[in-house]
Amino acid sequence: MRAEVTNIIVAGLGGQGVLTASDILAKALARAGYDVKKSEIKGMSQRGGSVTSDVRFGRQVFSPMVPAGEADYLLVLDAAQVEVHRHMVRSGGVVIAPDAVDAGRLSSRKELNVALLGVLSVHLPVGEGDWLAVLRERFGPESFEANRAAFLHGRACDAPAHTSG
Amino acid sequence: MLPKQLLSGDEAIALAAFHAGVMLGTGYPGTPSTEILEEFARLGGRAQWSPNEKVALEVALGAAFGGARALTTMKHVGLNVAADPLFTAAYTGVGGGLVIVSADDPGMASSQNEQDNRRYAVAAGVPMLEPSDSQEAYDFVFAAFELSERWRIPVLLRVTTRVCHSYTLVGPRLNDSAWHPGRFERDISGRVMIPANARPAHRRLRRKLAEMQEWNETCWLNTELGGSSELGIVTSGISFMHAREAAPEARILKLGFTHPLPLKRIAQFVRSVKRCVVVEEGDPYLVEALRAAGLNVEGKAEMYRFGELNVPRVRRILDGDTSPEPPAPAGKPPQLCDACPYRIVFKALRQRDCIVAGDIGCYTLGALPPFEAMDSCVCMGASLGVGLGLRHVLPTEEARRVVSVIGDSTFIHSGISGLVEMVYNPPEDGHVVIVLDNLTTAMTGHQEHPATGRALDHGPAHRIVIEDVVRALGVPSVHVVEPRAGSDQFERVLDQCLASRQLCVIIARRPCVLIVKRFRDQERRDCEQEAHAR
Ligand SMILES: Cc1ncc(C[n+]2csc(CCOP(=O)(O)OP(=O)(O)O)c2C)c(N)n1
Repeated sequence: MRAEVTNIIVAGLGGQGVLTASDILAKALARAGYDVKKSEIKGMSQRGGSVTSDVRFGRQVFSPMVPAGEADYLLVLDAAQVEVHRHMVRSGGVVIAPDAVDAGRLSSRKELNVALLGVLSVHLPVGEGDWLAVLRERFGPESFEANRAAFLHGRACDAPAHTSG
Repeated sequence: MLPKQLLSGDEAIALAAFHAGVMLGTGYPGTPSTEILEEFARLGGRAQWSPNEKVALEVALGAAFGGARALTTMKHVGLNVAADPLFTAAYTGVGGGLVIVSADDPGMASSQNEQDNRRYAVAAGVPMLEPSDSQEAYDFVFAAFELSERWRIPVLLRVTTRVCHSYTLVGPRLNDSAWHPGRFERDISGRVMIPANARPAHRRLRRKLAEMQEWNETCWLNTELGGSSELGIVTSGISFMHAREAAPEARILKLGFTHPLPLKRIAQFVRSVKRCVVVEEGDPYLVEALRAAGLNVEGKAEMYRFGELNVPRVRRILDGDTSPEPPAPAGKPPQLCDACPYRIVFKALRQRDCIVAGDIGCYTLGALPPFEAMDSCVCMGASLGVGLGLRHVLPTEEARRVVSVIGDSTFIHSGISGLVEMVYNPPEDGHVVIVLDNLTTAMTGHQEHPATGRALDHGPAHRIVIEDVVRALGVPSVHVVEPRAGSDQFERVLDQCLASRQLCVIIARRPCVLIVKRFRDQERRDCEQEAHAR
């Protein structure tokens, strides 16, 4: 088990599923036995403003907020938001942007958040079974299949990610 | 112990309230408190939205007089509205436990100010608990009810955005609350606050506070974390989490029961370390109290009074670093939705160069480009009074361009009294009020209110018809219009009202575009239920 705290930021615009993604992420990490904290700023998110959510895990986590310059992973659902959040990423941190997956392979734009989680999942100490269990719980029978496919597609794309200099 | 769940602070408060046997939860929506009652209802608790926070607290107080455990929730500014009953409820005390949740918003993620409601605990003389994560939010609800019942006093549970909206693991207790509701006991001298009764009640309150302070000296809600005697930190709430991370080597006194303060315990702690820093978000509440008690503690520089704390800022506070902080790049600001009916209204107001006394809701976005059609936004309901004041003093030509703009939920919350003022003290050239009725409380996530005809759980309820209320107050010119693209009806009515020199109310009614689907689903469900009943 990782003792050090790992920091992840999920960012995008209202309506893109940022909070759904960070929710799934936090639940999967909790399922894998880590202490997890997730924090979000969702002010007036329904009106297209920026939404970000911080997820931190390790043996014991204190502050729920990722300090600037200390994010190990930045997952961004809207390409234009990459620059806005770059200062949050540590040097050598991993940035996962929408182009990390092949959007044409998703059954709809709605699954982009889960597909990018798939890309991130390769880096995290959580088994595929835990991920899928959380997805199943989250989506229910109608949309589970599409999201499972999106997740597995992302998981197979191992061209991640620009590291941040 | 039940398995651990990942819960937000709001959800944890709701779950604890449910497990603690709360018989009634009341409140008015407001970020970051809104989810508490929604979750409490989802769990099966009895929860209801009141028209405003004052009424919500009064209903909860009545329930507590009746022997029930009651919970009332609001955002920080809501407690301003509920301050009147709060101060005197501290005198009357309660029967069953009464917990008042004040959800503060340091940094103003979604608020018009960042007032620090710890000051209310002192001003009103009520005990205050401050959890720092969801587990504590859960545990402190039980502690708050126990305190409330032991000293028969309302308890303030003060949380902040980062506690309400952070998800952390919670191990709930077994659901076997040993608590049973009491009953109504007549206590005229204790609860009828005429001066003759209020004078002894005030003394009683101060005695209770002195007793609670003594009890707090050894209370489990405050904890000490060992560490070097070089640096000591006194802290509370979310600031504890940042401080623990910023200075893992420090000795920490974490206060959970923060009014009345356990000054002897704090003094002992301060004396045990070489250097002692108070780490708190917002106002210098703790540091002032400790210094007034003669303790030698450091506070934070004034620059850290603004906004939220976080780990880097706490490091700077501990280092005494007051160099300018790097500005965070701005995110994308919110906007009125593309198809929002309010767009038509603000465009028309802009074109006519109206002076707009605004109010709080989604529609406050009318102040931003491309509209810039709002000249003030102070607090909920202020559009009416401010608009009238402007009309009273401006030169005629300008006065006649003044318009008050208010949302439907805000109208119910505190607009009606402003309308009473308007008909009672009418400006010479009349006034024009626009009620933006999107049939929901959109800003805070689409809650119901008394003019939607639906209850907190979206089931049917009595519907207050805004135009009927306006007419009943005696407003002579009342119009209901639908602002729609391709129709100039709204503009025609607006021009007519601006020219009329009468008291006019225009109700611009069209459902929020984000909930049209929910309306349809709800209507279908209602029909099915009706058919089923027949
Ligand atoms: C005293 C107080 N309580 C609650 C809030 C939070 N709040 C801000 S605006 C608003 C209501 C908005 O509803 P409405 O007037 O219908 O406008 P809409 O957002 O639907 O346009 C609420 C609950 C507040 N700012 N002040």
